[in-house]
Amino acid sequence: MGITFRKETFRDDFTFRNSPEHIRRFPFPFHEDAYMYAVNIEPHVVGPKGSVLENLIDVDEHYVAEMQDRALVLAEDPLRCQSLPHMTLAGWDLLELLMEQQALGYPEHFTLTRDGDRWRWINRPLGIDDTFTFGDTSTLPYGPMEYITRQSQGDFCILDQRDGNLWMDAGMVTTQADWSLDFDIGMNFFEWHAPVPLAHEKGIFVRALKFLTNIQQGKPARRLNWTMTINPRLDTSPENYHKWGPDRATVTPENVGDKVHLRVELQSFWRLPRSNGIVFPIRCYLIKMDELATQPKWARRLHRVIRDLPDELANYKGLTRYRPALVEWLSKLDDGSATSPGFGPD
Amino acid sequence: MSTGTTKLDVVVSDVVPVNELVTRFHFRRRDGALLPTFSGGAHVVVEMRDGERTRLNPYSLMGSPLDTREYTISVRRDDVGRGGSLFMHRRVRPGLEMVISYPVNLFSLDLRAKKHLMLAGGIGITPFMAQTAQLAGEGGNFELHYTCRTASLGTYADVLRERYGRRVRLYHDDRGERIDLDRLLSSQPLGTHLYVCGPAGMIGWVRECAAALGWPPETVHFEHFAAPQPGLPFDVMLAVSGKAIRVGEQQSLLEAIEAAGVDPPYLCRGGVCGQCETNVVSSDGKFIHNDHWLSEDDHRSGCKIMPCVSRFEGKSLVLER
Repeated sequence: MGITFRKETFRDDFTFRNSPEHIRRFPFPFHEDAYMYAVNIEPHVVGPKGSVLENLIDVDEHYVAEMQDRALVLAEDPLRCQSLPHMTLAGWDLLELLMEQQALGYPEHFTLTRDGDRWRWINRPLGIDDTFTFGDTSTLPYGPMEYITRQSQGDFCILDQRDGNLWMDAGMVTTQADWSLDFDIGMNFFEWHAPVPLAHEKGIFVRALKFLTNIQQGKPARRLNWTMTINPRLDTSPENYHKWGPDRATVTPENVGDKVHLRVELQSFWRLPRSNGIVFPIRCYLIKMDELATQPKWARRLHRVIRDLPDELANYKGLTRYRPALVEWLSKLDDGSATSPGFGPD
Repeated sequence: MSTGTTKLDVVVSDVVPVNELVTRFHFRRRDGALLPTFSGGAHVVVEMRDGERTRLNPYSLMGSPLDTREYTISVRRDDVGRGGSLFMHRRVRPGLEMVISYPVNLFSLDLRAKKHLMLAGGIGITPFMAQTAQLAGEGGNFELHYTCRTASLGTYADVLRERYGRRVRLYHDDRGERIDLDRLLSSQPLGTHLYVCGPAGMIGWVRECAAALGWPPETVHFEHFAAPQPGLPFDVMLAVSGKAIRVGEQQSLLEAIEAAGVDPPYLCRGGVCGQCETNVVSSDGKFIHNDHWLSEDDHRSGCKIMPCVSRFEGKSLVLER
């Protein structure tokens, strides 16, 4: 039985919804009633059936609609996809990784056949059946990174490793929480993290870099990050701030449940074998407050997290303007009872 | 956040003497599947089970990264070392089942380079075997300068000359041939990256010369695995696990810690990657630091040690393990 892909939009009329099964598999990011930065990195191993970790590269009911939204973003702004000249080999590494993982996890939707360097890739949801020569860019309609990331949910940053640092030298970034590949391209790990408050003082980035530069082939790692977005908009980029920034002023006590979305990023880190680079997929999951509130534990916990969040973090995540309305709305769902430990719904 | 590597179950598929000192070993996966793809410059750690004792030595992969049916390494016999190379030469035969690590690359090509200038000394040729194969497959621009003691000890010199012709230049010590390093490093096009792998003296010479000629440090890459040196036995107390251990003459401190059932993280086992860095709780004696990871201040402070290559002489040593 395959996935039933939804017909929906992430712009204009915003018809994006999660089915009840997808609400229950949402990667709720808070394991306790408070939030502070931590180097919350763990091995990226397969998790329980029915969770977003059932496969290491997750494909869900939003796949086709997300790929259509990505194509719209790229048509308007091709600089969302960039690869510096030395990163082509890493692009082939990523193509192999994503084709292998998608074909492994979803054989009813994707098939990869390899005969030496002659590869055939069938992507049924998007109606693609291409035969190409691995390593020969002229046999694909796009460069290898762009080709495969137009067919894979989530953003992808490819980091070159050299001089004891990681460099943002390639990427496909169209579903981002207010950062820009075009701005960050070519920056190193400390440069692109410079705007993050509090974490530098805690020495988090020094430790995180040490960990990431030692990621080994065959041993990917992951972490969750989160923010909030008004309306289910995937493309909240600085380039398009004029389109989504004003949305934050439209939140009222009456429309919180429909407009305010928790936005969770499942970030994973993989060593690429030929280029010795690192790929950093950032997979975005959205859930509106009305959907989240169907799981009482999540609503209670989110109320406490947002209420008690340090102001610097609330500001960095862009919640300041509508935080009072959101806390007020969530408080009605919090009877003060204890929440069970762990991420999952009760 | 454990950082070791995944293991591969392999079988020795071939053992080929290359010359009087060097033997090549071929590994295939026991289940017949392909081995993981790797990048030129990567090494694997080979586990050698020798009775009660397990040695773990890193060796550069020297095959083409484009062919993952088998991995190949070349081992130079070291008659005065701790016995790892002798074990490989005397005991490892085709058909033997062994365990090796996933490939790890601590000597990676900088793919931005307009040209790759490679300097190899002796058995330091092995990572360049894979790197040249990788670059040749992509049409990359490289030039290899290879020094060896005699023509008969010029491991793979013939193969390299045949594959790459004039892109390979050989220097034989017994004929008094020597790289004119000043001239070579002064005449490279902008955007050239320099790679050196060989004896410590050669690496030092090349790095100093490059620095004197104004090469930016980030364009000079070197593979500096220090093999653990044998030394006097010494006793160590492991404070966290509460174990007292003795490090044998032919054993590294890391191997002795592992033999006691404590598993610190590691990657290179050659004093460069930093994974097994260990805090010293207290000490009364002299450290013999052999690593390239800790700073000189760290060495002087006596607060840290890299157990993969460094030793201790004295009355007592307590480590945070």
